[in-house]
Amino acid sequence: MKYSKGEIWHFLEEVFDPEIPVLTLVDLGVVRDVELIDEKVQVTITPTYSGCPAMRVMEEDIEKMLDSKGIQDYEVKTVLAPAWTTDWISEKGRVKLKEYGIAPPSEELDKSILFGKPPKVECPQCNSTNTHMVSQFGSTACKAQFRCKDCLEPFEYFKCLK
Amino acid sequence: MNQNLYKYLIRLGDDSLIIGHRLSEWCGHGPILEEDIALTNFALDFIGQAQSILEYAGKVEGAGRDADDLAYLRYEHDFRNALLVEQPNGDFALTMMRQFLFDAFRKPLFEALTKSSDEQVAAIAEKSLKETKYHLKHSSEWIIRLGDGTEESHKRTQDALDTLWRYTDELFYEDETDKALEAAGIIPSISKIKEEWEKTVNNVLTEATLTLPTNGWSYGKGRAGLHSENLGYILAEMQYLQRAYPGAKW
Ligand SMILES: [Zn+2]
Repeated sequence: MKYSKGEIWHFLEEVFDPEIPVLTLVDLGVVRDVELIDEKVQVTITPTYSGCPAMRVMEEDIEKMLDSKGIQDYEVKTVLAPAWTTDWISEKGRVKLKEYGIAPPSEELDKSILFGKPPKVECPQCNSTNTHMVSQFGSTACKAQFRCKDCLEPFEYFKCLK
Repeated sequence: MNQNLYKYLIRLGDDSLIIGHRLSEWCGHGPILEEDIALTNFALDFIGQAQSILEYAGKVEGAGRDADDLAYLRYEHDFRNALLVEQPNGDFALTMMRQFLFDAFRKPLFEALTKSSDEQVAAIAEKSLKETKYHLKHSSEWIIRLGDGTEESHKRTQDALDTLWRYTDELFYEDETDKALEAAGIIPSISKIKEEWEKTVNNVLTEATLTLPTNGWSYGKGRAGLHSENLGYILAEMQYLQRAYPGAKW
């Protein structure tokens, strides 16, 4: 094997999430492990949500990246356990989400849907916490819809999953 | 044991697949945009669960079938979903009631399955449980809001409950397959799940000011492959592409 494990992790840091293209699969915590087995590279990934339609694309993008580095013998393996949680989104990933206009997951599990208090979410535009949840469900399984009552901008919130 | 596990996984996977398909029929027809998105998000979760469960069922069976073969190439009598999940969407109250009665069953079931002695069953349950908690929260809150809402919404929600109640017994169906798996520590005792289901259902329906139907009769031959006429229509739509163009790839 011409590359070390560290180098392969490095390559994977250049593979971006197809739906939130500022995050890499490493930032998102979807890449769980890299193993070198003799001449073979084995990358282990885990889905964010069971029905995440981006999984197949992520798998192909990882394969393309490995291909482009001249690696021929590889396997991208999907595991379900331990189940993905938003705690695995890296610190760097959280900063990038916010810069992109998506509020990163708060520490708290979202308890409200129609009743109860929604989590306190900071507006990614003006940092106000005077925000309001419009809908628990958004453009992708992992996001909710919010609106800022100060700057009036609508924004998405990456909801907490634990 | 493998034959039993296969049978069980087919029941579990078909429940997810069929309710997922039913929910997907709401796409573009939700009463409000947010709810349209919520229902289709749920659909996606269920179809994702079905994919994991049926993929594993195929592996356990050992006949070389994958999740797609099992979803698209089995006939009506080979499906083992409960009749509840194949019931038509009806109005929004009916869809939410179907969802609530089902979610209230799925949550304790997945909770218990996370402790399965079968590693892959436990992994699928752990993943699905996180989604199920969101689903149950959503459907129970709608049932409360609709039941304890206007006269019209109360009436429709009570009608939905009266219509669907007869299908709930079947969720707790148990035969020698279940007993063998329970003895092997792969699945929990169904009576424990039923207890928890009853607790949730009673609490939510009381808060929703709805009345539990008193009729004792119940339907339920889905686990034996005997379905209502609804399933045929679902399969005709769901399987059309693979039947018309065998082996078609996305
Ligand atoms: Zn703002």
